[in-house]
Amino acid sequence: MFLKLINRLFQALMTMIFVGLVSFLLFNFVGDPISNMVGQETSVEDRDALREKLGLNDPFLAQFARFGSNAVSGNFGISYALQRPVSTLIAERMPATLELVATSAVVAIVLGVLLGVYTGINRHSWISKTIMPLSLIGVSLPTFVIGILLIYIFSVTLGWLPSFGRGEVTQIGGWSTNFLTIGGLKALILPSTTLALFQMALIMRLVRSEMLEVLRTDYIKFARARGLAPRVVHFGHALRNTLVPVITIIGLNIGSLIAFSIITETVFQWPGMGLLFIQSVTFGDIPVMAAYLVLIAAMFVFINVVVDILYLIADPRLRGRG
Amino acid sequence: MTITPDSPPSRFNRFMDSDLMFSFLSSKLTVVSAIITLIFFVAAIFAPLVAPHRPFDPATIDLLDAFTPPVWAEYGDARFLLGTDDQGRDVLSTIIYGCRISLLVGFAAVGLSLLIGVGVGLLSGFYGGWLDTVFMRLADVQLTVPAILTALVIDGIADLFVPPSMRETLSIVVLILAIGLSDWPRYARVARSSTMVERNKEYVMAARVIGVGSFRIILRHILPNILGPILVMATIGLAIAITTEATLSFLGVGVPPTTPSLGTLIRIGNSFLFSGEWWITIFPSLALVLLVLAVNLLSDWLRDALNPKLR
Repeated sequence: MFLKLINRLFQALMTMIFVGLVSFLLFNFVGDPISNMVGQETSVEDRDALREKLGLNDPFLAQFARFGSNAVSGNFGISYALQRPVSTLIAERMPATLELVATSAVVAIVLGVLLGVYTGINRHSWISKTIMPLSLIGVSLPTFVIGILLIYIFSVTLGWLPSFGRGEVTQIGGWSTNFLTIGGLKALILPSTTLALFQMALIMRLVRSEMLEVLRTDYIKFARARGLAPRVVHFGHALRNTLVPVITIIGLNIGSLIAFSIITETVFQWPGMGLLFIQSVTFGDIPVMAAYLVLIAAMFVFINVVVDILYLIADPRLRGRG
Repeated sequence: MTITPDSPPSRFNRFMDSDLMFSFLSSKLTVVSAIITLIFFVAAIFAPLVAPHRPFDPATIDLLDAFTPPVWAEYGDARFLLGTDDQGRDVLSTIIYGCRISLLVGFAAVGLSLLIGVGVGLLSGFYGGWLDTVFMRLADVQLTVPAILTALVIDGIADLFVPPSMRETLSIVVLILAIGLSDWPRYARVARSSTMVERNKEYVMAARVIGVGSFRIILRHILPNILGPILVMATIGLAIAITTEATLSFLGVGVPPTTPSLGTLIRIGNSFLFSGEWWITIFPSLALVLLVLAVNLLSDWLRDALNPKLR
């Protein structure tokens, strides 16, 4: 297992270098960075001077190394479209996205696991028979369609919840939060539901099928025969043994929550990093695109490593193996 | 059962008698989704014949018809079953033409993924060694990031290389490339592992002994034997590709409004949701959901029906 972890760390490093390279190539070779920075009237000499000053005449590897060290210290240059440092832009937008993703992740995991366990145990109850087809629709609905339907029902028809923006936010230091005001929380409901629904359905279906398999095994029968309380059998014995595949999927899915937040943020005009990224793709704002890519890749790699460590906690059998 | 040599059952009869057909007909949900899928396909292929209007011919649309609600609503117009959009185009017809673009992009993207994925998988599995390492590391890296994000980035980068005047005409090609390139690793993994199993079987040995070349073995002997599970994946892949296309178009980086796909239609209609013209965006959304759901159900069934463990 330790070897496997080292292998995974190596893979993580490979991913980061690869994404960094793509971002770097984007940054330096798509279009001419100089003409993106200066006006029409700048003379050829001035352009050459700027090129020399920015080090664009240096060898390829030297430039890549500089890009890497800048990226690590959070310096991604200046946005073409907004004329502000990319790091500031991202720092402003980050809290919105992280709060949205975190809320959705908690909702999806808690409800997904609970519903999965319930439908796994009470396979033939009418609640299960209602939830299962609904969950199939849940995994078939594209995220933005869920968002549009929710807006239509809860904002347009019923007028209960706001349909765009973050509503009221409270500033704590450099972090703006939705959690402290009623308005902020209300604004969070629709976007986080939209983002959570798909993952919830997916987690639920997975937990259910894993539970069904585990409940058939002999040790569950023995646990029941020993007269243990159903709650102990279901959560202590059965659920625990479904955790490894469930953790894998949850880990992967928190990653896709970050990716799908781009869509949710567009539907709800949620001022997060995803919206910034989409705007940068539409405008060809390469510094922002590059920065977002590197940041997202870093998050994914981090999540993957955390998932590997969680395996060890969830399944003691894996700890002993070399 | 004995079959007399003078009256062999026709291919059609054999197909109707097969296990696959039996399992198909015994699941009502599957039959319904097959019919829905078929309706979508037929409508998309014969769009000019099926659609009641020609929504992209300026001569036939009238701005005075704009924002007509569906037939059953107040002020509905019998000519426009599902109402009209802001330019007076019949919503039902734009949906039918939209399906055409969505399915075209979907099929082409899956085809591209299959071509790359199966190609890479066959080579990796058959030759192994450094080729395998390079390909699979590349697949690992790409699988770290969700396909939709990869597609978004490829689309964004490709657009920067296309001159602005060509963007509208090439956007569908760019989209197919982006979606196709984003989904190949899944196919590559399955193709590789099946190839590694097949490679050591006797028929491959036999072919080698009689001097058949490597490429011929790969294409004529191994490929047909690994195709089953890959085709099942491809049907799920079609649903994914259609969703991805719709999402990208909805985000405004996909198909342009001049030849809208379902995603573009939803994007256009979305801005009228608040002013009460809900039908412009809700009907294309429902069409998309119905199509994706039907394809998903079909692929679910196909996966179970072809799985020998469940028989």
